[in-house]
Amino acid sequence: MTAKGIRDRVAIVGMGCTRFAEHWDKSVDDLLVDAVTACVDSVEDLALEDVEAFWVGTKDSGQSGMMLSHPLKLDYRPVTRVENFCATGSETLRNACYAVASGAYDVAMAVGVEKLKDSGLSGLTIGAPPNDGTAPEMTPPAMFSLLAPAYAERYGVDPAQLKEVLSRIAHKNHLNGELNPLAQFRKAPSLETIAGAPAIAGMLGVYDCSGVADGAAAAIVVAAEDAHRYTERPMYVKALALASGPAEGAMRADYDYTTFPEVVRSAEEAYRQAGIADPRAEISLAEVHDCFTPTELVLMEDLGFSERGTAWRDVLDGVFDLDGELPVNPDGGLKSFGHPVGASGLRMQYELWLQFRGEAGERQLERPTVGLTHNLGGQPGGCVSFVSVMGAERDPS
Amino acid sequence: MQGLLACGTYVPRFRLPRAEIRAALGSGPGSGCRAVAASDQDSTCLAVEAARRALAGRDPVATGVLLATSSPVYAERTNATAIHAALDLGQDGSALDLGASPRSGIGAFLAAARSPHPTVAVLADLRDGLAGSADEAFGGDAGAALLFGRGDPIAELLGEASVTHEFMDRWRAPGEPFATVWEERFGAGVYAELVERAVVAALADAGVERADRVVVTSPQRRAAAAAGKRLGAAASWIDEEVGYTGAADLGLRLADELAAAKAGETVLLVSAADGADAVVLGVRRPAPPPAETAATPRREISYPTYLTWRGRLDREQPRRPDPDKPASPPASRNARWKFGFVGTECEACGTVHLPPQRVCLSCHAVDRMRKRPMREARGTISTFTVDHLAPSPDPPTVDVVVDFDEGGRFSCRLTEADADAVRIGDRVEMTFRRLFEFDGVSDYFWKARPLLEGEG
Repeated sequence: MTAKGIRDRVAIVGMGCTRFAEHWDKSVDDLLVDAVTACVDSVEDLALEDVEAFWVGTKDSGQSGMMLSHPLKLDYRPVTRVENFCATGSETLRNACYAVASGAYDVAMAVGVEKLKDSGLSGLTIGAPPNDGTAPEMTPPAMFSLLAPAYAERYGVDPAQLKEVLSRIAHKNHLNGELNPLAQFRKAPSLETIAGAPAIAGMLGVYDCSGVADGAAAAIVVAAEDAHRYTERPMYVKALALASGPAEGAMRADYDYTTFPEVVRSAEEAYRQAGIADPRAEISLAEVHDCFTPTELVLMEDLGFSERGTAWRDVLDGVFDLDGELPVNPDGGLKSFGHPVGASGLRMQYELWLQFRGEAGERQLERPTVGLTHNLGGQPGGCVSFVSVMGAERDPS
Repeated sequence: MQGLLACGTYVPRFRLPRAEIRAALGSGPGSGCRAVAASDQDSTCLAVEAARRALAGRDPVATGVLLATSSPVYAERTNATAIHAALDLGQDGSALDLGASPRSGIGAFLAAARSPHPTVAVLADLRDGLAGSADEAFGGDAGAALLFGRGDPIAELLGEASVTHEFMDRWRAPGEPFATVWEERFGAGVYAELVERAVVAALADAGVERADRVVVTSPQRRAAAAAGKRLGAAASWIDEEVGYTGAADLGLRLADELAAAKAGETVLLVSAADGADAVVLGVRRPAPPPAETAATPRREISYPTYLTWRGRLDREQPRRPDPDKPASPPASRNARWKFGFVGTECEACGTVHLPPQRVCLSCHAVDRMRKRPMREARGTISTFTVDHLAPSPDPPTVDVVVDFDEGGRFSCRLTEADADAVRIGDRVEMTFRRLFEFDGVSDYFWKARPLLEGEG
């Protein structure tokens, strides 16, 4: 089953992103007003009144389209609230892109928001509908920590060596976050501090976990042929792929917790839509779902950046560092930028947007042309996975 | 009258050495230990484990369940119902509670023996007392189940007698954690007379001059010791290693005695609690040895750990959300899964699904599933993690992915685990536990438990 895709049919012409942080003095409404206003202000000759339809995403911080239309007074325009676990932000963009590609709207907006810090709880929670009380209740770090011993076992990596690899991933993302004024954590802990932190779950310490933050981000989508009316440097949508798993890993013994089949499928689909044959060579930068350090390790293989069983070596060799062969999470990732669930997918796009425009400041890469975002919700064994490919240029056709 | 067809006993692995209490409080007995239920076990859980063993290898359809416990989980709703469901007995047959006093143990025994239908008397208790009390030090936690019915009995009732006398020896208002006891010498004197009358009458009823073996149970330590001495009861490892386990005590001791008895012998069973009951049993065949004996490996715990597990030490928990108590309609719809650990198996391709599914994971066939009981299945840990963030009375929590020998995978909690010792490839069995208790509701489900060396 393959989708036709909408390669080069729509473009992002404006974006806004709040700082991701413990915003004790801001409400969900405040964050939405901040992100939407910044997004609109990023486009000359465009007012909020020009946006014809909206998709707003949050996992738990609001309900229905009114969570956006009310604070921003979007008088009687269509707003849809979407939710797809931690891939929610990407889902808003996917829907807005399809709306424009269909011709139904000329200008659409994708908005994502999450306010996690008001709960007073540690980490993310999953509110379940009324149930029979039998669902395994694992904390998110516990779910993702399952990857580490499985990876070590399958590829014969010494657990101490693997711990070093995981710490290296956290350290890289923290170093990148130091260069990002919007990131939650702007001071990188030392490798020793990361490696020596008390255990949270399995091999994971507190520095192996993404930042729990409040934040919002937004993007304006128009038809590709209209894009230059709004900006000289639009970001073109090359591929949007989503895979929702049957959760067979949780039920079948042949799943070994060293991969996300959903990521493999969504990546294959995105590369097909975008016409990418060699992702490691063709992609300039990638923003991936580093919710926990072993996730980023496994993603390098699932996304085709590393051969199976070799990502840990590539991590140690600096392949994914800011100055490496394929920079991964140059903005600091979920680890350092923070992970306000509904906003994260759009925050990833925001980094591509800045990098393509040469506006990434101290972490600016040299002339990036193709970017990938990967956003995942769920857990090893059963998840939703989103992969997008974006381009600085529209292919001649 | 039906015969005793099977015994099942369950003694938790954990022991609190009495010396630990003495070390903490500065006084008290210093020898032996008491059995302690795991932090995720209540009387219903202990009862399920014992009943599973009594019913092992039998077609248990339409078996009635009689629960005796002095530590019931619920009032107003029947606790035996969850046990009935965990044994996957279907909807036929009754499930009743007796209690909530130690005498309910012999009560369930007699009622099951007299029932015209196959009936399992399930006896289970967690015993506790004020810090430093005899109830705390000499109490214990265990379950025992005695299955009565027609067939090839281990033993038959030859005679019985009961006497009742109203006097205050021990009492506890509903909701109070611990019993209050009268000065011990008074009760001991009353019990001595009551026991004598019941024993003489029961032996006469059975037409037996004296029994070959004697089992005595009583919440009154002095009365139990005196009766045991007078009647010639043998010393038991249960005194030193388990303690007095309330309603379960007689089942535990009887199962032990029946395993040692030979065909043709008689056993005198005496319960001294708010009166006295005496039963004479004729042994027809040797009973299989109990699952736990004096030789079974056990794990010692500290007194603070014991107090924490009992909810008597309130420890700070991680900042995580309160659990959602199970909703009644889904728990009812899924009762065979939740309580019986019954999954589904695809009739088209054989794929096992845990939890039950309607659409097959492998061949996508729709509604071609048959039920697949999995509670006796054993499996292997394929991966695991140790979770320090999950709230628990016994942190850290261990989560495992289990691949069962006959097919099927399930991820769940690993209970009774030594978090530092868990390894991929470890062998596990399933056990019925309380996932949490919140807002007055106990959420029951199955967890994996490490098999000990030699258990396969």
